[in-house]
Amino acid sequence: MSSVSILILAPLLLFCFISTLVGIWRLRWAYATAAIGMALALVAAGVGLSRVLVDGELRYFLGGWPPPFGIEYVLDHLSVFMVIIIVFIGFIAVIYPPEAGLYHTPRRGIPVYGLLLLLVGGLVGVVITGDLFNLFVFLEIYSLASYALITLGGDRAVVASFRYLILGTIAGSFYLLGVGFIYFSTGTLNMADAAGLLLPLYGSPTIMAAVTLIVVGMGIKLALFPLHVWLPDAHSYAPPVVAAILAAIQIEVAAYVIVRFMLTIFQPQYFIETLPVTTIIGWVAAAGVIFGSVMAIAQKDFKRMLAYSTVAQVAYVGLGIGLANPLGLIGALLHILNHAFMKSCLFLVAGGIRHQTGLHAIPQFAGLGRKMPLMMGAFTVAALSMVGIPPTAGFFSKWYLVLGGIEANNWVFVAVILASSLLTAVYFFRMIEKLFTTPPESSPEVEQAKEPSSRILTPIITLAAGIIVLGLINALIVSYILQPVAALLP
Amino acid sequence: MVVIDLFLSRYVYLMIVVLLAIGIYGMLGKRNLLKKLIGMNIFQTAIFLFFIEGATKTGGSVPVIDETLGMDAAKYINPLPHVLILTGIVVGLSLTGVALAFLLRIYHAYKTLDDKAIMANMKESSE
Repeated sequence: MSSVSILILAPLLLFCFISTLVGIWRLRWAYATAAIGMALALVAAGVGLSRVLVDGELRYFLGGWPPPFGIEYVLDHLSVFMVIIIVFIGFIAVIYPPEAGLYHTPRRGIPVYGLLLLLVGGLVGVVITGDLFNLFVFLEIYSLASYALITLGGDRAVVASFRYLILGTIAGSFYLLGVGFIYFSTGTLNMADAAGLLLPLYGSPTIMAAVTLIVVGMGIKLALFPLHVWLPDAHSYAPPVVAAILAAIQIEVAAYVIVRFMLTIFQPQYFIETLPVTTIIGWVAAAGVIFGSVMAIAQKDFKRMLAYSTVAQVAYVGLGIGLANPLGLIGALLHILNHAFMKSCLFLVAGGIRHQTGLHAIPQFAGLGRKMPLMMGAFTVAALSMVGIPPTAGFFSKWYLVLGGIEANNWVFVAVILASSLLTAVYFFRMIEKLFTTPPESSPEVEQAKEPSSRILTPIITLAAGIIVLGLINALIVSYILQPVAALLP
Repeated sequence: MVVIDLFLSRYVYLMIVVLLAIGIYGMLGKRNLLKKLIGMNIFQTAIFLFFIEGATKTGGSVPVIDETLGMDAAKYINPLPHVLILTGIVVGLSLTGVALAFLLRIYHAYKTLDDKAIMANMKESSE
């Protein structure tokens, strides 16, 4: 038994209260305490990673009640991988200054930072819990926090958030109903316990219905085409920092839930052969990759383009799960990590541009590249990584996905991955060209534009540097963290 | 007779399915945002009823160990689904609260809760 897992969650939930309380008095303190909470969680996550690499699975029984009676928290290779991504992106989001990240400094007493910590805490909870119902509770905790945070984007964002709330509740309820079916069939809510008890029940229609409900519910949360309808509005109207967290880590947690059910709660064969879950996810995702990329090309608003690009990029994750072989799964998980860095960097750049110039439509960006070389350099790194140009990180996840497609003899998926790289190149190179080579129109916003302050630049440059570093060390990540996860697949 | 027996033993589940369908229709079929929210509540309540019905036992006692009944688990009602649903109700309540706050803001901004009218208004202001 090891308490590392709960020590990642505890500072997030504790500082959620502290940050909200001191925020009533001084906003600056809310900001500082939130950063401290995230930093503590990040340290605990780092310790957790080093322990998992040495000892393997770490289990913690909440309140000392051993499973299957109590709630347990499990830190294994898959969950520690997700936890590190979540907490790191959360930390970057919290240190990004609010005047750029939230359009304006929130009024005193509005618990923005408390909600950010609650969102990240909920995500961490989903990833580390070993209990089916506890997962539902954390799912709703992070959903509630994100509904509230989206509304900071103004009146349109409230409407978008309300629609997301309705669809998100359907998703959460489907999951709960699925868990109900599993509970009444097996009598347990503990994941490890259920895994054993479900084995003789694989033929039962109740369990098949449960899996269908859970996968559809998580498909809505993952915005898997055609269940993505809520995403473009919610992500483009939300303030940049919130959009960065939502696109980079919040929706990917749903992919984690599907992978968790496929690998450890059920035998992978059940999802691959008994029920055609992976086949359906794969083909739906292939359609989503093309749809998202084409829609992104059609957008003029920078953040809306990024939102459609998210639809395409999470579909890559679905594609990797759909390939149902170790290489495809490694590609999918690596893409979760790479996409988290790339997309949060791009959303923070969108916030920086809006803060420095007030502009948000791509045609108005002409000439900004020369005015803000550092920020636009970081943008270029992230954009190249989205397209998949080596040595940036984005290349390697696509590489594994293509290898997985070849191994599965699924040439349609290989063609989809390559074609969508070209489509991604269309919308990002169009923008890079606009930024650096198109002569600036004589608009006062562009002429007066200058490099943002170091408080805005630091998080952006960190993420851009991270994209290069992840590209260089991807072999280490794959062999030490992802290979043990993928080994569970046949 | 088998069909009638099956119906009598399972009619609660049938009711739950009907409630789930009403809820989905309310959420996706209605144009008024408040009615969508009501649909959401009906949908969640149906799931709560499903859990409670699953825990029911004819002749089961309160789940506190009684000396006359002994330690036989079959004689007590399963308390766990009730506890889960207590948490579920709290989640549903907070969702409803947040959604009502959103509706207030939407009404202040657009002076209507009709989905189509709000969409038209949003499109107009973006052009």
